[in-house]
Amino acid sequence: MSIIFFLIGCSVFIALIFLGAFFWANRTGQNEDMYTPSVRILFEDEVVEDEKVLEEGVRKTDKK
Amino acid sequence: MSEVRDLVKGKVCYHCGDKVEDTPYLLDNRTFCCLGCQTVYQVLNENNLQSYYKYNQHPGKSQKENTADLSYLDESNIAAKLVDYKDDKVSIITFYIPVIHCSSCIWLLEHLYKLNPAVAVSTVDFMKRQVSITFKHNELSLRELVTLLVNIGYEPKITMQDVVKEGKKINQKDLIGKITVAGFCFGNSMMISFPEYFGMAEFERQYAQFFGYMNLAFGIPVLLYSASDYFKSAWRSLKQKRLNLDVPLALGIFVLFFRSALEILTNSGAGFMDTLCSLVFFILIGKWVQQRTYYHISFERDYRSYFPVAVTVLEEGGERPIQIADLKVGQRILVRNNEIIPADAILLKGDASVDFSFVTGESVAIEKTLGEIIYAGGRQIGGAIELEVVKPVSQSYLTKLWNNESFKTQEKKFDTFIDFISKYFTLGLIAIAGVACVFWLVGGDANKAWGAFTAVLIIACPCALALSSPFTLSAALSIFDRNKFYIKNTGAIEQLSAIDCVVFDKTGTISSPKSSTMFFEGELTETEWSLLSSVCRNSNHPLSREIVKWLGPCTVVPLDAFSEITGKGMEAISGRVEIKVGSASFLGVKSVNEEGSVVYVMVDGDLKGYFSLEQAWRKDLSLVVDRLKANDYELHLISGDNARRSDALKLIFPASAQLLFNQSPSDKLQQIDAWQDQGKQVCMLGDGLNDAGALRKADLGIAVSDDINNFSPGCDAILDGDSFAKLPSFFAFAKDAVKVIHMSFAISLTYNVVGLTFAVQGTMSPLFAAILMPLSTVTIISFTSLTTRWFARRRKLIG
Repeated sequence: MSIIFFLIGCSVFIALIFLGAFFWANRTGQNEDMYTPSVRILFEDEVVEDEKVLEEGVRKTDKK
Repeated sequence: MSEVRDLVKGKVCYHCGDKVEDTPYLLDNRTFCCLGCQTVYQVLNENNLQSYYKYNQHPGKSQKENTADLSYLDESNIAAKLVDYKDDKVSIITFYIPVIHCSSCIWLLEHLYKLNPAVAVSTVDFMKRQVSITFKHNELSLRELVTLLVNIGYEPKITMQDVVKEGKKINQKDLIGKITVAGFCFGNSMMISFPEYFGMAEFERQYAQFFGYMNLAFGIPVLLYSASDYFKSAWRSLKQKRLNLDVPLALGIFVLFFRSALEILTNSGAGFMDTLCSLVFFILIGKWVQQRTYYHISFERDYRSYFPVAVTVLEEGGERPIQIADLKVGQRILVRNNEIIPADAILLKGDASVDFSFVTGESVAIEKTLGEIIYAGGRQIGGAIELEVVKPVSQSYLTKLWNNESFKTQEKKFDTFIDFISKYFTLGLIAIAGVACVFWLVGGDANKAWGAFTAVLIIACPCALALSSPFTLSAALSIFDRNKFYIKNTGAIEQLSAIDCVVFDKTGTISSPKSSTMFFEGELTETEWSLLSSVCRNSNHPLSREIVKWLGPCTVVPLDAFSEITGKGMEAISGRVEIKVGSASFLGVKSVNEEGSVVYVMVDGDLKGYFSLEQAWRKDLSLVVDRLKANDYELHLISGDNARRSDALKLIFPASAQLLFNQSPSDKLQQIDAWQDQGKQVCMLGDGLNDAGALRKADLGIAVSDDINNFSPGCDAILDGDSFAKLPSFFAFAKDAVKVIHMSFAISLTYNVVGLTFAVQGTMSPLFAAILMPLSTVTIISFTSLTTRWFARRRKLIG
């Protein structure tokens, strides 16, 4: 049963990693805008033959 | 031509949805109400952005109004102040665009790169109505970017107070961090405490100490980081010799930690660490809920958001825009039609007709003569004028008015119920703890005495009490917000429930600028009507359009000559008849004592009559007044305008109401003071700068506005004109909210009493505390939320 020391240590360590991830996400502004992303995902991608527009579209998604 | 008219009768503009009235603009088989809307459609079409119209019907904003001069954006020092970031290649700027209102707006603004490849990225924040644009400033200047936005119908609002930048400073990240840590420790310490609660077998006992130390480790960050605000606030309050609710909270937290740490370190018990973590977690959530606002109107705006960023200065070399803050005495400035005069100045050239309605409340434009001083804050209606600045902007009449003694911001302190209770609570708490302790000491059981003393302080910790107010008021705030009544903070709601006297302003508050009725006094023949209609058709002035609407369909008479002087009037000749339409000074006649705008009609030199446009009362005004009277509110009216419509008002208002006219801003303030001296709690409803003093002085100031994006100084709440009829319900609902607070306080007291009976006996176990705390919290939260909604449903404010 003394394995429990190790187990608790591991789980707390992993939990701390997630805590850190939460703080990082907050600091980089994930929760600044809660509404607009819900509208954004409903936009449709347009079918374009123009290569230049295609390339710009790729650049835009890369930036995300 | 008439067939086309039949075709388009009842049609709406494809772009903005406005009714198409006379001559429609046609393109691609679609109708538009004006050239502006048609142009936007064309621009979008040419750039493959037709999907704009796919997501919503009529997503655009009417393009009928013309826009301001943008040359000040070329000045590098002004531009530097506006952009957020600039390096060699790109600039980032955030604009506030109030017309953003639907998903098509988001779609179009985020596809701005299609209109101009120099735009790299644009991101919209819908709730804040902002768009953040990254663009290559070497290829596209700031002015060109703003012009692009204007051309597609999304003009950014740029004012002297950069509201956008200041909004960025407000953040709640700190509080969120504290809540996260408290929640993290709460979950973990609860898990670690389970063995203790569920009973441990003998062989498991050896781990009890380990669990205890783990609990201690989880308790430390909660005490030092998450609960730090409460200690600071309690300390500050004690220094001022006042007892706010944070004092018993801080005391409870400290005693919890202290006793638990003692028990763990001396191995005499399990401690109450998980109760500590849960307590701090819940009260921090209450704090977060209370600070959350459901809108993005800034109540912190002051007069600077009324002024534009720059004004055109005339120099030998020509015209140049400079920042208003840099204006010096003696400089000559040029103010165009519809622009605001930024500083006290003398009129040098041009015809000045200035609308001071925002500053003084007078709805008629004042004509100024050459050499006369014009005060800052007025809006020029008419042609461009030249002025010489006599006072720097910061010392003008407007800012003096704003900085008036009576406006001095002692941040309005609303007396809340919680403040009232907390005074007695702490004293009562310490008294009970002391009595229990002494009782057991006298009885000879020192252990139990210590246990009872700390247990009382722990269990009576006003967690539930501290939560009843924030959750109730926050729920109420969101319900008000849904009904278009935007309140500054939760304290204002309690003040709203305490009001017993309501004072109304007249112009713009009980009369609606959006709906006006037109009257005509005089006589005109049939041909003269047609002539008048034909003349007025040629003008874009809103009054001319009202006249055309009022006249209805008439035969169009061809005109031989036509000329219009902006803001003054028009003259035309048809055949042998000469007709002049316009203001009194334009026609050279004496003006009639009428409120509102008056348009005179002169045919062949004879004054034939005049149109007067009067603001109609808001819909349901008498209903609102009757309901308030039925609920025993004292009602009064204060107006800056003259007593022209007092007869109509006497019919609407009860006999006991005082109707005061011709009041200056300081008169209004003194009158409010007088009523307050009579012991009344006064609520003032008004708008504009002329009411700002009264709004501040009153116990509660509500600004009634039809465009909530406009700046309303000095108010504690903004009421959208559409919700004016619900005003009595709002007052009643605020009273209900306070009732809910009282009820939930009673419930939390019950929990406290139950807990105390165990605590004074010294028999409180950690398990008991760990259950009682979350149980009481959840009860209070659900009770307040559900009951508030129930009351709102009863008052017909939701669903």
